[in-house]
Amino acid sequence: MHDKNSSNTANFSSNSNATKVQLHINKTTLHLHVMPWVSLLDAIRDHGKLTGTKKGCDHGQCGACTVICDGKRILSCLTLAVMKDGSEITTIEGIANGEVLHPLQTAFIEHDAFQCGYCTPGQICSAIAMLEEGKADTRDEVKEQMSGNLCRCGANTNIIDAIMEFKDKRNE
Amino acid sequence: MNNFTYQKVSNPNDALNKISKNNAANFIAGGTNLIDLWKYNLAHPKTLVDINGLNDYKAIKEDDHGGLFLGALATNSDTAYHKLVEERYPLLSKAILAGASAQIRNSASNGGNLLQRTRCYYFYDASSPCNKRNPGSGCPAKNGLNRIHAILGTSEDCIAVFPSDMCIALAALEAVVHVKSPDGEREIEFSNFHRLPGDTPELDNNLKENELITGISLPSEGFAENYSYLKLRDRNSYAFALVSVATGMVLENNKITKIRIALGGIAHKPWRVVAAEEFLVDKSPTEENFASAANMILKGAKGFGKNDFKIELSKRAIVRNCIMALDPESQRPGAQPSL
Repeated sequence: MHDKNSSNTANFSSNSNATKVQLHINKTTLHLHVMPWVSLLDAIRDHGKLTGTKKGCDHGQCGACTVICDGKRILSCLTLAVMKDGSEITTIEGIANGEVLHPLQTAFIEHDAFQCGYCTPGQICSAIAMLEEGKADTRDEVKEQMSGNLCRCGANTNIIDAIMEFKDKRNE
Repeated sequence: MNNFTYQKVSNPNDALNKISKNNAANFIAGGTNLIDLWKYNLAHPKTLVDINGLNDYKAIKEDDHGGLFLGALATNSDTAYHKLVEERYPLLSKAILAGASAQIRNSASNGGNLLQRTRCYYFYDASSPCNKRNPGSGCPAKNGLNRIHAILGTSEDCIAVFPSDMCIALAALEAVVHVKSPDGEREIEFSNFHRLPGDTPELDNNLKENELITGISLPSEGFAENYSYLKLRDRNSYAFALVSVATGMVLENNKITKIRIALGGIAHKPWRVVAAEEFLVDKSPTEENFASAANMILKGAKGFGKNDFKIELSKRAIVRNCIMALDPESQRPGAQPSL
């Protein structure tokens, strides 16, 4: 029995069943040796040492682990790292331009779009990919398209405000 | 959670060979349901065969019979937003977009949507008895927390519901499922794909263990003018249906010439009653006629205490959805339906 809470860190150690996986995360190539059952989320956090992507529920119910994989927002907790060999992945660490925040990050600060901040990396990755998809125009449509990212603090109204402001500025 | 081995395949015969030689092997496509079930200790694959390399099954294309073929490995998002699906089968597009979240739809495959397991609380709790998970162990849902459970087609052994939205539209569209096995290929009418629990609730559908879903074909009639998908649930988005209704209708001179009504969230499979659809032919699309059809569809419905409300809710949902199908614009997010 594999214990979820001990996470998959131990399984990164070299083992004959480990699989070689290349992930291009935030324009840096990571060469991993992972066991087949390691989620993309655990690979990013534990092996890639990129802990901006959060583990909320680990069951696809909260959206905290959202990353952008080959241009699409996906849940890294419901994806195996081995399934994404060769993929281009953007996490929250890859959103800003060096020390300059992405305009959506600035909008989140200006609109007080978080309290505890745990859902924020997933919210921002999700929103950026959503705007690239181009399927949401009105506020109601944005709310619907962002429903996969839960905020238990109750900052949803401000989160949507921040996204709408960024979206409108982007379209100007 | 158990450990497993993992293999990628790039041709269908290779995929089928790997499955037929290994009882504990599972195909994996999107993984959005299987990985979750594995994490909850409900699925115990020894080998995962990754079929995402079967590129032939990713396409969405017109077929030779005026219909559309949806590859089993096309994602739910790619299907819902495909130009031909939006134009010709907007009911399917609406239903897919009513399900899950954008992130899950980006990963989840069409074939996998057909095979998702029930969200019954007792099925999902590995420490609980469940006839679906552990045949013969009992069904605590019948006398337990059954607010989300079935009111039609139940058995002594199981009152679980099938949770898909996409499949409710596919039932209304009378889609056909294409499957392949080492023995050859076959086609399964949508109404025969999923099954009622009976005394073998461990079986969700009629797919054989050595078969692979290759695609879903849609007939030429897509109800593009008059359609609606209504999903009622505990929150407005990202929740499974308590009751959902898919309606596709063809009207001529304000008379119904063809109608299909399928319900979700209330049975072990998408629920249709052909007699109710036939009753509506040559009738006017009025609330009164839809209410009569709703009574026919819910005939024999039985609650288990906490889900009794679903019987009346289903009838009202059918009437409202059929009225909304007269004005599909009423379905956009934030719109106020006319009823």
